[in-house]
Amino acid sequence: MSLFLVIALLLIGTLIPIFAARFGRGITTIATAIAPAIGFAYIISLTPQVLAGEHLIEYLEWIPAVGLTLSLHLDGLSLMFALLILGIGLLIILYASYYLSDKEDAGRFFSYLILFMTAMLSIVLSNNILQMWMAWEVTSISSFLLISFWGHLSGSRKGARMALTVTGAGGLALLAGLLLIGDIVGSYELSVILASGDLLTEHALYPIILVLVLLGAFTKSAQFPFHFWLPHAMAAPTPVSAYLHSATMVKAGIFLMARFYPVLSGTEMWFLIVSTAGLITLLLGAYVALFKHDLKGLLAYSTISHLGLITLLLGLDTQLSAVAALFHIMNHAVFKASLFMAAGIIDHETGTRDMRKLNGLWKYMPYTATLAMVAAASMAGVPLFNGFLSKEMFLAETLNQHAFGFLSWMIPVLATIASIFSVAYSTRFIHDVFFNGEPIDLPKTPHEPPRFMKVPIEVLVILCIAVGIFPVLMVGDFLTAASQAVLNTTQLPYYSLAIWHGFNLPLLMSAIAIGGGILIYTYRARLYRSQAEFMETDAKLIFEGVVQHIVKTASSYYDKFDSGSLQRYVAALLIFTIILIALPLFKYQSSFSVTNMQPVTGVEITAAIVMCLAAIATMVLHRRRVIALLAISVVGLILSVGFARFSAPDLALTQLSVEVATVILLMLALFFLPKKTATESAPGRVVRDLAIAAVFAGLIATINYIFITQPLTSISDFYLANSKIGGGGTNAVNVILVDFRGLDTLGEILVLGIAALGIFKLMARIRLAMPNADEKGRPWTNDIHPTILSMISQSLLPLALLVSFYIFLRGHNMPGGGFIAGLVTSIAIIQQYIAHGVEWVKPRIKVDYQNLIALGVLIAALTGVGSWSFGYPFMTTWFDYFDIPFIGEIELASALIFDLGVYLTVVGATLLILAHLGKLSTPDRPKVER
Amino acid sequence: MELLYVICVGVLTFSGIFLCLRARTFPVVVGLTMLGYAVNMFLFSSGRLNLEGAAILGMADKYADPLPQALVLTAIVIGFAMIAFVVILSMRARADLGSDLVDGSEPPDTRKLVKSKRGDA
Repeated sequence: MSLFLVIALLLIGTLIPIFAARFGRGITTIATAIAPAIGFAYIISLTPQVLAGEHLIEYLEWIPAVGLTLSLHLDGLSLMFALLILGIGLLIILYASYYLSDKEDAGRFFSYLILFMTAMLSIVLSNNILQMWMAWEVTSISSFLLISFWGHLSGSRKGARMALTVTGAGGLALLAGLLLIGDIVGSYELSVILASGDLLTEHALYPIILVLVLLGAFTKSAQFPFHFWLPHAMAAPTPVSAYLHSATMVKAGIFLMARFYPVLSGTEMWFLIVSTAGLITLLLGAYVALFKHDLKGLLAYSTISHLGLITLLLGLDTQLSAVAALFHIMNHAVFKASLFMAAGIIDHETGTRDMRKLNGLWKYMPYTATLAMVAAASMAGVPLFNGFLSKEMFLAETLNQHAFGFLSWMIPVLATIASIFSVAYSTRFIHDVFFNGEPIDLPKTPHEPPRFMKVPIEVLVILCIAVGIFPVLMVGDFLTAASQAVLNTTQLPYYSLAIWHGFNLPLLMSAIAIGGGILIYTYRARLYRSQAEFMETDAKLIFEGVVQHIVKTASSYYDKFDSGSLQRYVAALLIFTIILIALPLFKYQSSFSVTNMQPVTGVEITAAIVMCLAAIATMVLHRRRVIALLAISVVGLILSVGFARFSAPDLALTQLSVEVATVILLMLALFFLPKKTATESAPGRVVRDLAIAAVFAGLIATINYIFITQPLTSISDFYLANSKIGGGGTNAVNVILVDFRGLDTLGEILVLGIAALGIFKLMARIRLAMPNADEKGRPWTNDIHPTILSMISQSLLPLALLVSFYIFLRGHNMPGGGFIAGLVTSIAIIQQYIAHGVEWVKPRIKVDYQNLIALGVLIAALTGVGSWSFGYPFMTTWFDYFDIPFIGEIELASALIFDLGVYLTVVGATLLILAHLGKLSTPDRPKVER
Repeated sequence: MELLYVICVGVLTFSGIFLCLRARTFPVVVGLTMLGYAVNMFLFSSGRLNLEGAAILGMADKYADPLPQALVLTAIVIGFAMIAFVVILSMRARADLGSDLVDGSEPPDTRKLVKSKRGDA
């Protein structure tokens, strides 16, 4: 068994309830409880070790390459929280089993609950702060699922959303804080961070870190001004409230402050922020709680108030206050969980939580009433119950601190006032509900709940009393261990957990609180009247309003950018690109080192002028589409001649053949598209586009000029040197394609094949209008297949195929190769389509072009794989020379087979595209697929 | 010569970009083709301009850089496939949407403008 196993077990336990749900409520409950129970037992078995001062740490490699290790640890603080989480969790499972009605999906509920429990446990056990943060976020998400369990209620959805938004936002702040901490300390290990001493508090970034971490803690623990989400989370089923608002969720923030207490506290800033937030929350919560007519509302604000109390204690500048905080964490968890459960029972058995209706329940459920009274007395801080002890310590510490300097006297006074209200609302919880006359038209006749529904409350109430009477025996050791962890020292200041400390100031304050509380409750009617004068603000409405406003503002901005216009996107993209490439050019300070400028001849100038004119003509005449097509083909032709001029015969051949294919393609497309482009661009837009194009072109030309005039340092010397001896070919370009960078080429032909298949797919279900006349209304010619063309092209076919075969074979040593040969072959075949029509070609060429592509890619890939069988890496080529009689010495290279693959793919892809496009106007066009 | 070459690249880019910004599909396809030429020229020139230096071993004293050539060779073929894809896409768009506008329909602000001019907005 290890701590990791506990977490893993709980994670598996998340799924168990879903599968167990079909076997009935009882089995689901037991199956759900197995994982937490094992975890609980295991943690208890570790307790003696931890209480003896051991600090257990476990590691598990996560992503070692980036230095991420999962690590869990168990020290006094983790132990205390782990026991609370698992212990109270188990009681909640039992309680929820009775609370949920038979119709409700208990499997889903328990699954969420265990997920939440896992996350919560991971927070307290994490020794890595990033891991802790992840668990922290999972608690936010799983609590969202739990709060919104009754998703059909609007209140549940809104409450859950609010909780998620607030705690999630806090979580992001926390992440930033934790990253800063990790950066400064140099480790994300908690054990290293906690040992870093004053490193963080003395760092310049400390204020930022503190604020970020506290944002995380305050949002989670519902501290002022982030407290507003908690009352709305009460829309959750009561077991959830009992769990989230006693031992877990809201305690996560407190845990965080306690965890980082050794390295973040001790500064003026910490005392000021933490104690002020705590004090305000304490007072506000206690005051508002009194005026809530909803049972759970009262408990919610009381929770806020008690969280404020704990925060205030953590913010006071005495060591003992931290001890008191830890003590109160335990006590609050115990009595608040039982109170929530009691409230749940009352709600369950009477059908309402409204205290104006709930009266005199003592007669109907005396047993539950007794349990609730004990828990409420503990909440009020009545002697002999656990709440009294920690409250007494709290009051004593408020007297010993100096957090507010000369104004420090305010803290004990305000603490006493808050205690008065605390007593008042506790009294109300008891008196209003169980006494105070008769119930007023309850939906149900109240009676005691099922036997086992009360067990969880009994357990907790017994704890309240036992801790209240025998504090040292019950929790003394736990508190010591936790305090040692929080204060990071084994030398704890002296404190006594005795019930009786003699007549002293804290006792007087307690007495004032109890007396004052009862007094206030007695005169509550007057208070309610004056309170009714104030407008009640609904945090939900404000929150929703703010959210709506943000969404509206965001979408109004969004709509401006995302207009759905591709044209606009392209323009925006280009402008952005212009900015990106122009900025560095401003700083570029290099003279053009003109080396080896090539001479210019008249032919080249003429060619360049024709090319530019053709390009401009394409642009100007683009409305007359056929003319534009003719103009652009001029550009392509000159480009291929240019390639030939600049020592790139392979490129020239490729460009030339692609040019033919492109023009055929565009001509075919024009059959289906309008022959003219209607004028629709406003003059302003034309000017804008001209400007964008001009600036962009200027930048590109500049960059091109900058690097074209720099001396060349290329890795190509390697290819040139090894082309013959390593690749067995003298045409370096082809050897690069089929040998050195063969894998790239394999990728290229794959892309080519995929593009062709995509095109095929696009054409499959196309519904086109077939024009039977051109734009001037002239019908297409009837002479579909001119005789001369068909005759010549037919006789040219063998010749063309021979040429392409020759080009293919010599490719390794002379300009040529699979790409070019493939294009030449395709064009020769396309010419047959043009000259004879689809009907003529169909019975003569029975090749399925899709299969051709597949075959080509397969051959190329297998050539690569083939080298494996000879014990060489993928794509290793082989070649040798053979002497064949009458023919002479020939070279055979495996690269040739690879090139065959390239050839077949190119032929297949080109023909698939062009032939199918051509077929669209015939009955042979691709049909709708089944 | 280099300057001349660069000017050609610039003019081709200019024409290509302008056409790409048009509202109808066919000019955009032509623009992309034009831009493809410019890009290929641009890439090709990273091996500098060489005369009489085809990278066939034993055929010249000083060889042109074969690497950009190999790169551009595949780029030309892939470029063709891409153009074909865009062409078919534009045909398909016209068949399905009933117009050959790049945006699929008139921009909403134009319609609003027309309406407001008619006075029935």
